[in-house]
Amino acid sequence: MEIKLNKEDIKNLSLGAAVLGTGGGGDPYIGMLMAMQAIEKGKEITIVDVESVEDDAFVVAVAGMGAPVVMIEKIPSGKEAGFSLTSIERYFGKRADYVFSIEAGGLNSTIPLATAAEMGRLVPDGDGMGRAFPELQMVTFHLYGVRATPMSMADEKGNSVILDTVDNYWAEKIARAITVKFGGVAWISIYPMSGKDFKRAAVRGSLTKEIRIGEAIRDAKKHGKNPLDALLDATGGFLLFEGKIVDVIRRATGGFARGEATIEGLGDFRGSRLVIHFQNENLVAIRDGKVIASVPDLITVIERDTARPVTTERLKYGLRVAVIGIPCDPKWRTPEGLKVVGPRYFGYDIDYVPIEVAVRG
Amino acid sequence: MGGLRIGVDVGSTHTDSVLIDERDSVIAAVKARTTKDVTTGIMNSLRQLLEKSGVDTADISAVMFGTTHILNAIVQREGLMRVGVIRIGAPATTAIEPMLDWPKDLRDAVGGLKTIVQGGHEYTGEEIASLDEKGLRKAVTAFLEKGAEAFAVTSVFSIVNPDHELRAKEIIREIAPDKPVVLSHEIGSMGLLERENATILNAATIGVMKRTVESLRKGLEKLGLGEARMFFAQNDGTTASTDYIEKFPIFTVVAPISNSIRGAYVLTGIKDAIVADTGGTTTNVGVLNNGYPREALEIEISGVRTNIRSPDIVAIGLGGGSVVKVENGTVTVGPVSVGYRLIEEGVAWGGNTVTATDIALAKGVMRIDDPRCDPERARKLIPPGVVEKAYAVMVSMLEEAIDKVKTSPEPATVILVGGGSLMWPKKLSVAKEVIRPEHAQSANALGAATALIGGTVEKAFSYDHITRAEAIKAASEEAKTKAIAAGADPSTIEIVEVEEIALPYLPGNAVKIRVKAVGKMKPK
Repeated sequence: MEIKLNKEDIKNLSLGAAVLGTGGGGDPYIGMLMAMQAIEKGKEITIVDVESVEDDAFVVAVAGMGAPVVMIEKIPSGKEAGFSLTSIERYFGKRADYVFSIEAGGLNSTIPLATAAEMGRLVPDGDGMGRAFPELQMVTFHLYGVRATPMSMADEKGNSVILDTVDNYWAEKIARAITVKFGGVAWISIYPMSGKDFKRAAVRGSLTKEIRIGEAIRDAKKHGKNPLDALLDATGGFLLFEGKIVDVIRRATGGFARGEATIEGLGDFRGSRLVIHFQNENLVAIRDGKVIASVPDLITVIERDTARPVTTERLKYGLRVAVIGIPCDPKWRTPEGLKVVGPRYFGYDIDYVPIEVAVRG
Repeated sequence: MGGLRIGVDVGSTHTDSVLIDERDSVIAAVKARTTKDVTTGIMNSLRQLLEKSGVDTADISAVMFGTTHILNAIVQREGLMRVGVIRIGAPATTAIEPMLDWPKDLRDAVGGLKTIVQGGHEYTGEEIASLDEKGLRKAVTAFLEKGAEAFAVTSVFSIVNPDHELRAKEIIREIAPDKPVVLSHEIGSMGLLERENATILNAATIGVMKRTVESLRKGLEKLGLGEARMFFAQNDGTTASTDYIEKFPIFTVVAPISNSIRGAYVLTGIKDAIVADTGGTTTNVGVLNNGYPREALEIEISGVRTNIRSPDIVAIGLGGGSVVKVENGTVTVGPVSVGYRLIEEGVAWGGNTVTATDIALAKGVMRIDDPRCDPERARKLIPPGVVEKAYAVMVSMLEEAIDKVKTSPEPATVILVGGGSLMWPKKLSVAKEVIRPEHAQSANALGAATALIGGTVEKAFSYDHITRAEAIKAASEEAKTKAIAAGADPSTIEIVEVEEIALPYLPGNAVKIRVKAVGKMKPK
């Protein structure tokens, strides 16, 4: 498989990424425009099947990190991630054959596409989460013992830094401090690995899935379908709830936007209540006191009429929404996976029950 | 010269005007049909108002307009100027060129001239790079050769540090002294692309605004109002003089929406409430916050994302002229509307189209003072089952829109205004009280007539470098200066709003401060 992306694919992919972003991951708008400009300038973005990545290939994730408010004001030159890629290539003394998305959600789902176009690299159809998570070690590669460092960081001026840390937690800590000196945002190349490791550890098919999801929502009306049904078909997801948001509580603690949204049932769900707990992303859904979905499965809130995803910042009183649950990649459902991203890691004292089991009650 | 004032407000169906005295009491109010060119409708409305009130035109000191000229020009891509678009931000920002995701016909209509030169600042106020003056001069000269009629300048983090925008203006003035130069820090907020878009649209509509002012001035002269001063309603619920608004036409783009919300406050004296403004085609539901419209963070104008200050509303396609349809037993109302043709096509007026107004008449919840209107005909011709169902649909649409603008489940005070507001019930499930004040149908024009002259500024600071008090003072001074530039009497200016928003994930206690200053009209 080899797909050359056009502008419609990019729009679909961004929308699909927002669905898989489960309320977090940042606004994909900037990344979407970057990829669209690259295509407008005649550059190519090519997605290939994960299986076709050679065992001895050099594979690196590229991403942006830092303050979203800086990203929307000092928007990128498009070369920053390339500077960081060049820097890591110099360090390893070899060229990266593939660049990939660390997460399938929000801004960082589209940044590698722009970098691939700029630098003439291929993008494998896979990522490190199959959704969005807030921390650097919350990737499937971590489960397979792949290290985040050596990693590189760069800014738009061409400054770059190589980090080689004792573990992935130190990488997160030091990288944050450097980001401040770079003006609030840094562009990173991280999780350098072989094609063999990538094939072993990546969540497969996430980019084509994003495109399918976006297409399903955007084209539903054209095909005379209800956007919500189209979305459920495209994701293999379950309708968890429909209703009106009646309360949103927010607490900014420990760098996370934490809180709970309470939804009062409408239609088939009248008389019932759903509470969603979120920390940047939606993490746990509780219907009438009973947990019906939790991380690492995906919980996404969408506008009831349009099936457009709603980020956690935009949850507000009065919004008519549907909540859908999507099974996560099986790699997260192992004991090691649940240790890194299960409900207990996020501070919820509950056992993880796969969503397809939980919805059957 | 007396102290009477006129407010005119242009809606999609009707152009309302109202004459008020020094104490803001209504002397007369009229409705005329909105015309495609807008100006004719305004003049018809004013002529009728003067005839109805019979006052001496010499007693009228000011005419305050809330108009859609600028919005129409953008939506119809008509009369827009060619804009030289200059972004100061390289080496950053080049990945997304100006106007990248604009609708192509709008991009073409403003000329598509764009460049990104070196410069701009970090969030701390330090330079990203020095301003490339040579590159800027070259671009300006090239744009002039290609027919640029105005310039739009946007620099990275100019709301923290506007130095590069100010210097760019000096340079452009040297090369092209007669061309308008619009700087983004005077237009929008944080968010480079959205602020840049608003700055470009502002530059592109300066010509339309000047021609509008000219044609309205001539129209006023013909009506004997040549001595009256002209003011234009702004998106934030304040108003501004012609000199000022000719520089900042984008501030009028959604002003009529704010006029209704502001008018609801003037009519009731209630500072905090929900306002539903029902016209012929739509109902806009907004929020009164301390006497002014609650503002949204962003607004899309004809397919372009911007971040100018604008009222935060939920709009639904339901007004007095909305068409009622029955299909397979399901009743829908709107979004198609007969608009002003209600009095020809509506069932109660002898027509064949069932409208929302017909439903309310048949249900017996409203009366219309119009001899041509026969509620009995609506009652006879529309099956009672349809009346009940359609009215329930209408009310639930309104209640849902009201619920959406609320921030909490507690029932709120709801003020109903607009020409179509008569059709609503006296009780709503989402409201603790429903108020439909006298002159509700003229709330929009009254909002325009009574608006204070105002200016709002938004600046970003880091509390590591400046104290909170100093930052608020600096922003307040700037807002006052802006209000004075808009025509306010310096001795009457007060600060009516100070909002402080922390910028997350940034060190140095970074905040955004927004201040609104208002004052009374400067004596002539």
